[in-house]
Amino acid sequence: MAEPLSITPDFVPVVPAERDDKALHRVIFIVLALAICVAPAFIYPVFLMKVLCFALFASAFNLLFGYAGLLSFGHAAFFGLASYVSAYTAKFWGITPELAILAGTAAGALLGLAFGAIAIRRQGIYFAMITLALAQMVYFFSVQRPDFTNGEDGIQAVPRGHLFGLFDLSNDMTLYWTVAAIFMGAMLLIHRFVHSPYGQVLQAVRDNERRAVSLGYRAQRYKLMAFVMSAAIASLAGATKAIVFQVATLVDVHWSMSGEPILMALVGGVGTIFGPLVGAAVMTTLQNYLVSAGSWITVIQGVIFVLCVLTFRAGIVGTIADRLKRNL
Amino acid sequence: MQLATDGPVMADGSALPTSDGRDVILSSRDLRIDFNRFAAVDGVSLDIERGHIHALIGPNGAGKTTCFNLLTKFLTPTAGSILFEGKDITALKPAEVARLGMVRSFQISAVFDQLSVLQNVRIALQRKSGDSFAFWQSENRLRRFDDEAMALLKGVGLDTMARTRASELSYGRKRALELATTLAIEPKMLLLDEPMAGMAHEDIDRMADLILAAAEGRTILMVEHNLSVVSRLAHRITVLARGKVLAAGDYKTVAADQRVIEAYLGGGSHG
Ligand SMILES: Nc1ncnc2c1ncn2[C@@H]1O[C@H](COP(=O)(O)OP(=O)(O)O)[C@@H](O)[C@H]1O
Ligand SMILES: [Mg+2]
Repeated sequence: MAEPLSITPDFVPVVPAERDDKALHRVIFIVLALAICVAPAFIYPVFLMKVLCFALFASAFNLLFGYAGLLSFGHAAFFGLASYVSAYTAKFWGITPELAILAGTAAGALLGLAFGAIAIRRQGIYFAMITLALAQMVYFFSVQRPDFTNGEDGIQAVPRGHLFGLFDLSNDMTLYWTVAAIFMGAMLLIHRFVHSPYGQVLQAVRDNERRAVSLGYRAQRYKLMAFVMSAAIASLAGATKAIVFQVATLVDVHWSMSGEPILMALVGGVGTIFGPLVGAAVMTTLQNYLVSAGSWITVIQGVIFVLCVLTFRAGIVGTIADRLKRNL
Repeated sequence: MQLATDGPVMADGSALPTSDGRDVILSSRDLRIDFNRFAAVDGVSLDIERGHIHALIGPNGAGKTTCFNLLTKFLTPTAGSILFEGKDITALKPAEVARLGMVRSFQISAVFDQLSVLQNVRIALQRKSGDSFAFWQSENRLRRFDDEAMALLKGVGLDTMARTRASELSYGRKRALELATTLAIEPKMLLLDEPMAGMAHEDIDRMADLILAAAEGRTILMVEHNLSVVSRLAHRITVLARGKVLAAGDYKTVAADQRVIEAYLGGGSHG
């Protein structure tokens, strides 16, 4: 009875013990922190901040898609709303930037709670379509309420202000360290979220929801929590972006903005912690080089998207992870 | 012949123990579900005795899986009621039914593909621990379940594959992992939907052994087509055809029943 059910030996890949992965992840996080420290010596900090904001945005999307199996077509709603709230409160209420970012994040998280409660009742493509529809409502709201969003022009000339009322963020490097700290903090939070007792159940629900339910798990609650966390981090990215670039516009809530993290996560590797970061770096760099190409950017991005889906499913980090037989 | 549907129901809805001394753990009364006016399960009343292995058999499309879905509340019945340990569970959600101690398996093997074999079992052990929403804690906490999980894996012969990704297991081993995962939550009652379908001969015998071992101190309701397995394992058999109970009783009674023979011959396949 203690013998295996099937006697025929078969080849079976072995998952490294969690502690092996943990040690590797720690090393990667340290290398990442060092890279973020030395990068501004070589690369324009404003560009780096753009990469970090989008890396956060893509990581938020990936948290939901990669670890909860929920494909959102509407993350621009959280990114954009938070961008508006952050810009509005910083400019018109005159609050300090960290409070403005907090306000934007809280607003986006609340919206995530409302949208999540509606969307998680559906699965697969229906879920995706509902998130898209809800996000379009936010877009139309933004168009309809220029008193809040300032319509086509958007909220411009948002003051970067003084962090905690002390550190002047109009200095690019001071702002850079602030954004880097936000980014690292959020990445560590995502990592913990995924590699926690909760994260284990979330992945079980992703792999087989009915089975998780049959073991007594109230699957909807786990999915809703992931949705809210994902929305909150997407909001954090949008709110931070508004302070960095000092604008919040309709572009932030447009459906095409929902496409950005999807593409970045796909290129970098869905369901990996570090993939979205790599994807964001690659895609932002590409966009930077291709500004002269004008509307061809869209075509090129489309081609990359199709290539990823057809031939490069695992993405950059996903492919490396497969080679190393590690979780990254 | 003792029909499984004739146990009296007390006024308060409790069905145990019946006057003839049977201790019924799960019963249904006139269970029915309509899919677009087609009744896939049409007035099924069952009484499953505590400690029994009870087999549910019948031709393909008879409504066995649908019955499981109704009993475990993965589907909501159009009419009828379900009692588990005297409690009316007709209105409960499936996760709540599982929490009462009735756990079902699926006709197609259901493991958590991306998790390791060990992690699969730990998911089940973790459920009662109360830290399943702890997203701020390290998953290292879950290592306290490792010994228990390994013991369960040893029971089904998978202890040497604890770190294998579940998606890479052979079909037979997936089913064994499923059983270990199910046993990890110490259910009072198991519902197994064709646990041996698609298995090789030697695996079938092993699975039968595992089920017998799992039945120690538990009640099992299982759908199974392999009649030699049914005759070996089951205390009681209920035959379902076209959504209705055709016959019920022990193997001999059922096998001799003219309607059962006709249903099986007339229905063509039962594999
Ligand atoms: N969700 C559903 N919608 C419509 N018809 C269904 C559904 N589930 C099952 N059925 C039908 O109900 C009947 C019984 O199916 P099932 O319970 O799977 O049979 P069994 O498990 O006994 O082979 C079949 O005719 C099947 O097509
Ligand atoms: Mg079936």
